[in-house]
Amino acid sequence: MTPTTSASGAGRGPRTTHHAPNSPAIDVADLTVAYRDEPVLWDIDLVVPEGVLMAIVGPNGAGKTTLVKAILGLLPTAAGRVEVLGQPLAATRRAVAYVPQRGSVDWDFPTSVLDVVLMGTYGRLGWIKRPGAREKADARAALEQVGMADFADRQIAQLSGGQQQRVFLARALVQDARVYLMDEPFQGVDATTERTIVALLQRLREEGKTVLVVHHDLQTVPEYFDWVLLLNVRRIAAGPVAEVFTDANLRMAYGGRVPFQARSEESGGRGQEPGTPAPLADGERQRGDGTPPHPGSPAPNPSRL
Amino acid sequence: MIEFDYTLRTVALGAAVLGLSSGALGAFAVLRGQSLLGDAISHAALPGVALAFLLTASKAPLVLVIGAGLAGWVGTLCVMGITRTSRVPYDAALGIVLSVFFGLGMVLLTYLQARPQASQAGLDTFLFGQAAALVGRDVATMAGIGALALVLMGVFWKEFKLLLFDADFAAVQGFPVRALDIGLTTLLVVAIVIGLQTVGVVLMSALIVAPAAAARQWTDRLIGVVAGAGAFGALSGASGAILSATTARLPTGPTIVLCATAVVVVSLAFAPRRGLVSAWLRGRRNRQVLRVAGTLEDLYTLALGHADPHYPHPAATLRTMTHSPDAVEPTLDALRQQGLVEARDDAWALTGRGLAEAQRLARDRGEGRDA
Amino acid sequence: MTPQLEIQVIAAVTAAACALVGAFLVLRKTALLSDAISHAILPGIVLAFFQTENLNSPLLLVAAAVTGVVTVALIEALGRTQLVKQDAAIALVFPALFSIGVVLISRYASGVHLDIDAVLLGDPAFSWIRRFEVGGRDLGPQALWLMGSVLVAVAAFVVAFYKELKLSTFDPALAAALGLAPTAVHYGLMTLVSVVAVGAFDVVGSILVVGLMIAPPAAAWLLTDRLPVLLALSVALGVVSAVAGYWLARGLDVSIAGAMAVVAGVVFTVALAFAPDRGLVAQARRRARQRVAFAERMLLVHLLHHEHTPEAETECRVGHLQEHLRWERSFASRAVKAAERGGAVRRSGDRLALTASGREAAQRAMVA
Repeated sequence: MTPTTSASGAGRGPRTTHHAPNSPAIDVADLTVAYRDEPVLWDIDLVVPEGVLMAIVGPNGAGKTTLVKAILGLLPTAAGRVEVLGQPLAATRRAVAYVPQRGSVDWDFPTSVLDVVLMGTYGRLGWIKRPGAREKADARAALEQVGMADFADRQIAQLSGGQQQRVFLARALVQDARVYLMDEPFQGVDATTERTIVALLQRLREEGKTVLVVHHDLQTVPEYFDWVLLLNVRRIAAGPVAEVFTDANLRMAYGGRVPFQARSEESGGRGQEPGTPAPLADGERQRGDGTPPHPGSPAPNPSRL
Repeated sequence: MIEFDYTLRTVALGAAVLGLSSGALGAFAVLRGQSLLGDAISHAALPGVALAFLLTASKAPLVLVIGAGLAGWVGTLCVMGITRTSRVPYDAALGIVLSVFFGLGMVLLTYLQARPQASQAGLDTFLFGQAAALVGRDVATMAGIGALALVLMGVFWKEFKLLLFDADFAAVQGFPVRALDIGLTTLLVVAIVIGLQTVGVVLMSALIVAPAAAARQWTDRLIGVVAGAGAFGALSGASGAILSATTARLPTGPTIVLCATAVVVVSLAFAPRRGLVSAWLRGRRNRQVLRVAGTLEDLYTLALGHADPHYPHPAATLRTMTHSPDAVEPTLDALRQQGLVEARDDAWALTGRGLAEAQRLARDRGEGRDA
Repeated sequence: MTPQLEIQVIAAVTAAACALVGAFLVLRKTALLSDAISHAILPGIVLAFFQTENLNSPLLLVAAAVTGVVTVALIEALGRTQLVKQDAAIALVFPALFSIGVVLISRYASGVHLDIDAVLLGDPAFSWIRRFEVGGRDLGPQALWLMGSVLVAVAAFVVAFYKELKLSTFDPALAAALGLAPTAVHYGLMTLVSVVAVGAFDVVGSILVVGLMIAPPAAAWLLTDRLPVLLALSVALGVVSAVAGYWLARGLDVSIAGAMAVVAGVVFTVALAFAPDRGLVAQARRRARQRVAFAERMLLVHLLHHEHTPEAETECRVGHLQEHLRWERSFASRAVKAAERGGAVRRSGDRLALTASGREAAQRAMVA
């Protein structure tokens, strides 16, 4: 009954996308997402060419996670259009890999590291078919790439935060996609994991993949990425880091208070959110990670009721 | 006597079948954080039982089970609808559905009672269950439905697992999350209605949750939790039913629940890795190891202040350096047995190996600080 | 008072007490603790009953309160081990305790006046029979005195600790920081829930008491945002459910307690559908209204966004709205008309342009 016992030689799906040549990896036009009646993303236009390594940055509540989820079709959109590799998502799903926020799942779930990585093969396996020897080999190879090969049979609850993040990355790698969407992979990870992720991002870029990463640490944007999207409900700017990552744009995105701050000087500084201005919209509240509000943010108002 | 044995066997078999299916299918609900949904579904099933009887005048188990299942299903949809369209929280929605549906069931049952032509005797066993009333046909019905549900669970195992662990990731890969969700909930409804007649609506939810909660302590694999929950469920069901059938005035449902609870208590206490006893022992051992290491490091700190690292220091000095002074003497003894320290003139000194070990500890600790 | 009236008064007082404590359970998102407590106190009640042989004895209240607090403590301790989730902890603890109570009754109490059906289902119809007599004078039904005292106690608690209850409900962290002891308030509330549950046991039974605790406050929460109003409404809706339930049951000759729960469910459903601001009908109407308003804002932002850009020529055409904003033709023209009427947009042929006030409105919309 376990998905691991079936050895049916499920052939790896071919590169399923027959996208038009030269179409961008991601093409978002006029995208608006509203949460109840409040817009969380306003009229976003975004064209990301293939082979680009792009950071998505913006203050809390800017709609970064919402944008990623909307591109993936996980949220209803009020308006606009999303194309991946020149086609609607439904046609190019197989070419898209997703790394959700680490906190969005229950890590006490009874399963092993290898099993979680194997979940990345489920899409191409289709209904009912179980992962076989080939999928397992793929999964082990992906674990190797993130330095987690020795942990394949571990129960996932026994992993550190950084190790959990690397397992999620391996799961995305095994999807063998052309476009990767990652939601805060650097959130609260240790130095080893950060180095692993950076090396992985570089390699994906060398292989010509397109990677979009929701990112919090403005300091490392120029070092890690070559493109950046500055987002605050609407698109502030997008393009190559050298052109777009300017003081003026940052000030516009962060409402005049640019949260540059010395890294990792306070305890656990790497995992902390920079001191961001108060949320502008509800977008970030939908994040499933249950992160507590910023310590400086006002407490829920008891007089609301 | 033979008659009695046959009845007892039927009862035990029936209770085991229901324990198996509710335990195995309930495991998914527990892992999803829907432990209390079972309570709402089982209570919501009551009006379905009464309505099925009212409409068909039949007490055939299959008819009543279908009625119960439909009502339980409608109840679940109400919970989903309330939470999706209003600010009423999930658990309040469960509570409303649970008691309002149950109230409706009471109204219908009392209505039936008042009608002289329809004898509704037997319907109120749905409240607390009655294993003694099980006959071979009931058991066959239960086993058939349960087997069907388990087969479906096996066929869509991979999809359900993905849904349970990471629904968004399932959606990204193109699986219809909503349909899977409804399918899984339907299986839960099936698991519940199978047990209603034996365990009763009031306590059925315990048989959904308890076997899975117990099995989770023994294994870290999904297949292990599901299989273990099935086994624990069958065990609780059979033993509870036999106890109840052979003891005067021992109602079936509560007895089965208490058996299941006993399994949970044993599991929580004695499961090898997660269990409370093993955690306590591990904690004690870790504290012991830490204390021993602490004493060694303290001795090393003292040694650093001397030209001769093997200079002896009295235990009293060490006692001032720790939060648990009483533990100093025993830990020194432990260290001496490992050959890391030696007693000289009523005082304690590092041996050569002890010095090396202390240096290694200090180094590790330094690295740990960097990481 | 006639027995009929007495039954209604007893039911109404019970419903009021239930709604008052239930309101806080609903707001604190611990509604199902009422289910857990109302079942789990059974063994405590049974043991106390063995002592007193009277269901209306105050000793039962004490036993219930103790058992209820023990139940909650047990659930929380089990949750803290992290071996099971919090909701599983609830689902493990209360059936076990309830089962113990049921077994105690069936083994040792058959023959005395405590049977499981009565505990589980209650029946207001008989609640008036036991009288409270002092010196030969009949002062009314015992159940009324009991539930009346419970209601007074609950009301006194809510009034006395209103500030603490309110703050610990909406912001436990702040309550702790201010020294308002949210844990003590929590356990105080749980004690009250237990006391109310045991008092209501006899009247409505342990399952339907959950309905009276949760449904009226949940309905009230859909109707108001202010805590004092919510408390008053909860009590009012509870009383209405009780009295209307009584008459429904009389009319159909069915279980009074069951009918009370059904009416409470109907009241909740009505609130869910027709609440002025949050009801389903209001939601649908607002959505329809706002769809056009929202579309107009979106149109303005879209135009602003593409103003003075090379692609403005295509982006700012009415036909394009259909294609890219995925608007139906009729909807697009409604939005454009609304914007034109408001003087935010000028239209020349198929081409749209923002006016000065439209530009301002678009900028405002984006900051909002």
